[in-house]
Amino acid sequence: MANSINCNKCNSDGSPLLDVTSTAGLKQIAVLGMPNTGKSTFFNRLTGANASVGNWPGITVDLMAAKIKLGQQETQVVDLPGIYDLRGFSEDEEVVRKFLESNPVHLVIIILNAAQLDRQISLALQIKHIGLPALLLLNMADEAPKFGVQIEPESIARHLEMPVVQMSAKYGQGYAQARNSIVAQLGRQSEPMLAGKIDKNLVTDAEFATEMGALLQDGFHVSAEFKETITTKIDRVLLHPVFGLPIFFGLMYLMFQMVYTIGKPLQDGLNSGVEWFKTAAVEPALSFLPKFPHDLLIDGLYGGMATVAAFLPVIWIFFICMAIVEDSGYLSRSAYLMDAFMERLGLDGRSFVMSLMGFGCNVPAIMGLRVMRSPALRLLSMLVIPFSLCSARLNVFIFMTTALFNANVAPLVLFSLYLFSFAAAILTAFIFKGKYPNQEPLILELPPYRFPTVRQMLLRAWSETKHFLRFSWRFIIFGVVAIWLCNNLPTNVEPASAGTISGEIGRALQPILGPIGINPKLSVALIFGFIAKEIVLGGLAVIYATKQDAGLAGAIAKEIDWVQAYSFMLFTLLYVPCLSTVAVIKAESKSIKFAVMGVLWSLVLAWSASFIFYQGARLLGF
Amino acid sequence: MSLAELSALPLETTASILGVNADTALEHRLQALGFRVGKQISVIRKAWLGGPLHVRIGTTEVIMRRCDARSIQVQPN
Repeated sequence: MANSINCNKCNSDGSPLLDVTSTAGLKQIAVLGMPNTGKSTFFNRLTGANASVGNWPGITVDLMAAKIKLGQQETQVVDLPGIYDLRGFSEDEEVVRKFLESNPVHLVIIILNAAQLDRQISLALQIKHIGLPALLLLNMADEAPKFGVQIEPESIARHLEMPVVQMSAKYGQGYAQARNSIVAQLGRQSEPMLAGKIDKNLVTDAEFATEMGALLQDGFHVSAEFKETITTKIDRVLLHPVFGLPIFFGLMYLMFQMVYTIGKPLQDGLNSGVEWFKTAAVEPALSFLPKFPHDLLIDGLYGGMATVAAFLPVIWIFFICMAIVEDSGYLSRSAYLMDAFMERLGLDGRSFVMSLMGFGCNVPAIMGLRVMRSPALRLLSMLVIPFSLCSARLNVFIFMTTALFNANVAPLVLFSLYLFSFAAAILTAFIFKGKYPNQEPLILELPPYRFPTVRQMLLRAWSETKHFLRFSWRFIIFGVVAIWLCNNLPTNVEPASAGTISGEIGRALQPILGPIGINPKLSVALIFGFIAKEIVLGGLAVIYATKQDAGLAGAIAKEIDWVQAYSFMLFTLLYVPCLSTVAVIKAESKSIKFAVMGVLWSLVLAWSASFIFYQGARLLGF
Repeated sequence: MSLAELSALPLETTASILGVNADTALEHRLQALGFRVGKQISVIRKAWLGGPLHVRIGTTEVIMRRCDARSIQVQPN
């Protein structure tokens, strides 16, 4: 599941599209597999993680593909979504079916989990019946003996009429042999083949079961008594009826504490580096310019961008942690722990998992909802996910908590914002669940606990950081420069004073934002934060740097107190998710009305929460 | 004990699957996860407050809601 919602599989971030039309002389390989079989790990190993997204005839979503040389043969390898069943009804299953029916291939590489071959073999059998040239890789062969599983690849190969190789894509054993097999198989297939109508070529359930039974009898042996694994032991603790949930929240708290503790020094280091580069290189180089363009480039463009760039370390560390949580198999466990609660909110454990993913970035989390079939469940989840405190908002909060609270209190303040994030999500689900009722079944696999390799973690963190940069750079440049201009136009008044455009906007909004303690300067940052939350911070840097040299943190601390700051953070947490999230909600719900409704609801909720907090705190004398 | 629905199977009792009464989509998904007639199945734990079941079938472990587990008929061994 984790992999199917990874945002590096979409091209909405404007990454280069692979040209799939010029395939003359190229051999075509499709990689097919069940979820949780390490399919993407294998794909990355085979292609050297050099894949880009592309679109294909017959299907509407983008798939990852890479051109590589296999033997002497130029080959294009396509990574199909992980699916359970070629007859399935989920969107991913539809995509795979359409792909195989519309795109001729020279080879289908099927990847299955060796330890679970007793059920997963069905996918390979289906491919056999469809008649496509195929090769079966039994991945995670290192795990199979732990379950008491013994496999005879030769017998399986005989039944399936295709080569079978055991391997571990993660650690590399058997990989060389697998690759050789692929090259040999590719050499034998000179013409690409198309799957006929897939539903027509599959046999009845009874015939299928007989054939599968015969195959397993010959090739798959599992010791009769159940072998206690490490996973069983860990589950006894982590899924404990009483301790399970506290442990879960404890682990989450630890994770965010870690991002904070490691990220902050890195951030500071990067900041001073960027500052040094500005004084040493950028300012001298631009000194020939007149004051207005000079300041626009340095305070607007460079200053704003630098502030945002300083957050790359935090995002990087955050996704290292996410890679561990996702690959460990703990995410589906959290669905188990939370489902009883989520069911009462009209959601299910998967909505919870997706909301958790939303803590990285709302955009892939909302795209990930496609695994659900019920439109009502998807819509309700789409209303809830934008309240997940994403990494862009985290940047703003880390910055402001550091600027305005002492080091002992700052993590607690941050944690309280996470609690508000949960509360807003729960309240939203509770209010809207009557409007979106559903009866979707919940059945999720619990994979054994695994730990990702360093390579997997780095790959994930790198691709997310890259994605963040691509996705937000344009927004950020636009937003930051626009804020600077608003602060410095017209040129005949003092920058960022009441007479500038931003002063006017801020004043115009005071009747609404005044009662929640947000001054005109902060108002401007909020308006641009609609485009992307990253801009809030870049914007603040621009707004305050025009008058202060003492550093942004000091400048903000001088002008607002902690009650205002917290009210501002609360509003930033809850109001309109970024433009990209709104765009994705509109695309996935296929309804502008729904997207607008979501935006309005978040504005109402944000304002109410900030109002209650701010006025309450003032009443109490803070 | 005679035949029962999976949702009513006591913890740590092995049973064999007699049949699945679900709509086609759910039936296909269950088959792909290993829920086929004759397979051995057991419930490892049940979440509190009517939460999901943690079920083991062969070497595969899944979680499923109790209402979905009602569609699976089993015969305790």
